[in-house]
Amino acid sequence: MIAIHGLSKSFGKKVVLDGLDLTVPKGKNTVVIGGSGTGKSVLIKCAVGLLRPDAGEILIDGQDIIRMDERELVRVRRRFGMLFQGAALFDSMDVGENVAFVLRRLKMYPERQIREVVEEKLSMVGLRDIQRLMPAELSGGMKKRVGLARAIASEPDILLYDEPTTGLDPIMADVINDLIVSLRETIGVTSITITHDMASAYKIADHIAMLYKGKIIEVGTPEEIRTTSNPVVAQFVQGRAHGPITEESEEFVRFVSR
Amino acid sequence: MTDPAAEKKNGVVRLSELLGERVYAMVIDLGAIFTLFTQVVSSVLRPPSEIRNIVKQMEEVGIRSMPVVLVTATFTGMVLALQSYSGFQRFGATSFVGSVVALSITRELGPVFAGLMVSGRVGASMAAELGTMKVTEQIDALVTLATNPVKYLVVPRVVAATLVLPVLVVFADLLGIVGGYFVSVHLLGANPYVYIAKTYQYLEFKDIYTGLVKASVFGMLIALISCHHGFVAAGGAEGVGRATTRAVVASSMMVLISDYFMTSFMF
Repeated sequence: MIAIHGLSKSFGKKVVLDGLDLTVPKGKNTVVIGGSGTGKSVLIKCAVGLLRPDAGEILIDGQDIIRMDERELVRVRRRFGMLFQGAALFDSMDVGENVAFVLRRLKMYPERQIREVVEEKLSMVGLRDIQRLMPAELSGGMKKRVGLARAIASEPDILLYDEPTTGLDPIMADVINDLIVSLRETIGVTSITITHDMASAYKIADHIAMLYKGKIIEVGTPEEIRTTSNPVVAQFVQGRAHGPITEESEEFVRFVSR
Repeated sequence: MTDPAAEKKNGVVRLSELLGERVYAMVIDLGAIFTLFTQVVSSVLRPPSEIRNIVKQMEEVGIRSMPVVLVTATFTGMVLALQSYSGFQRFGATSFVGSVVALSITRELGPVFAGLMVSGRVGASMAAELGTMKVTEQIDALVTLATNPVKYLVVPRVVAATLVLPVLVVFADLLGIVGGYFVSVHLLGANPYVYIAKTYQYLEFKDIYTGLVKASVFGMLIALISCHHGFVAAGGAEGVGRATTRAVVASSMMVLISDYFMTSFMF
């Protein structure tokens, strides 16, 4: 279980996260939704220790990762897998080496078994016989799937997805959604997904949390979020151009054009 | 939107502000590079061993830089022979051309020109490669795959450059001297035996090894500076371009600046 309390992070004068609280139950997928630039990426980068927050605590099964030194952090990070927005495949290595990277690094398998293990991981994301291809030769959807295979290679129990469906066509997006759901069901991972694709959020989420102005303003099941009474959440999930989120900037536009 | 306070400032204030900002940024960079250095030192011997990557980088820094360094050194030696001949001719000391060429090349020009060439060639490629990895989140991906990016990316580059630059300079010294010999003997008609004798006569072992120590330090500085600028790259392709430019400019300057101080210490 991941419990985040009072998480704050600023960049210069810009406050991105402002005392955020979020609980991610074990074995469930929690989807964090929110507009672009609201700090969704900052949230998961703090969770995996890529960014140090200014205040607050992030408890992974009761251990606070913010107060850990680098060595302890490395040990905890082995429990994490992360799928990056642009897949972030190492472009100097072929697909097989990408997926095998962490296996070789941590010497999890003897060298002669690695090809086999990699093929197995790739088959979990519905790919085969592409170990020799370079990342530059892959389509966007395939890159994401290879990125996912690389993230699950070390058998993590926590997976973080950074906008898994952004930039994909609707069919490929749904393939990725199905993969996320099946990974949760087959290996029982706890996951946090950040997205602004509501179709994907409804499909993969056990819980949806809305991030707005540095705080989580509502958490609920997909059904609860769909029928929410909170006007801010309602505007976002229904994708309306007018409402409380855009009100401030509309006022600003009116003020300037007056 | 213009800030009304900015309009009131006069030129002197603005100039000193600009200067101050630059100096401030430079101090920040120096601090970050020193931090990177301490991280490299503390992780260089920790397992897993990076020997594969070190060898790969040695090939990149050493073998692939060999042609450009050798051509530079040869022509430097040749032009040095021409210039010192025309100078020494004025007071009839042309027999010393060999000594001047040998001393200048081994003490100064061999290491410095090799350093500058490697700054341009290798520094740019390190900054561009690491910068691209940074802006496409590959460095973040390394961290999530239980790998310390400094150890995996910076250590091999710094170690390889530190070890390989002196080797490059040995060959540069040799070809520089051969270039000088060729011009003196075959074009300017110097006596080959006198030329070789004069080359040996004043050349001490110290001249050569101080040059090699310098080369080693240049290699380390180039790799550290270039990796630092790659690591802090931000803002897409443009940011990578900016990082590359900064890396080349900073490492070339650092080669020349550190050269002065090392020379004054090791005279």
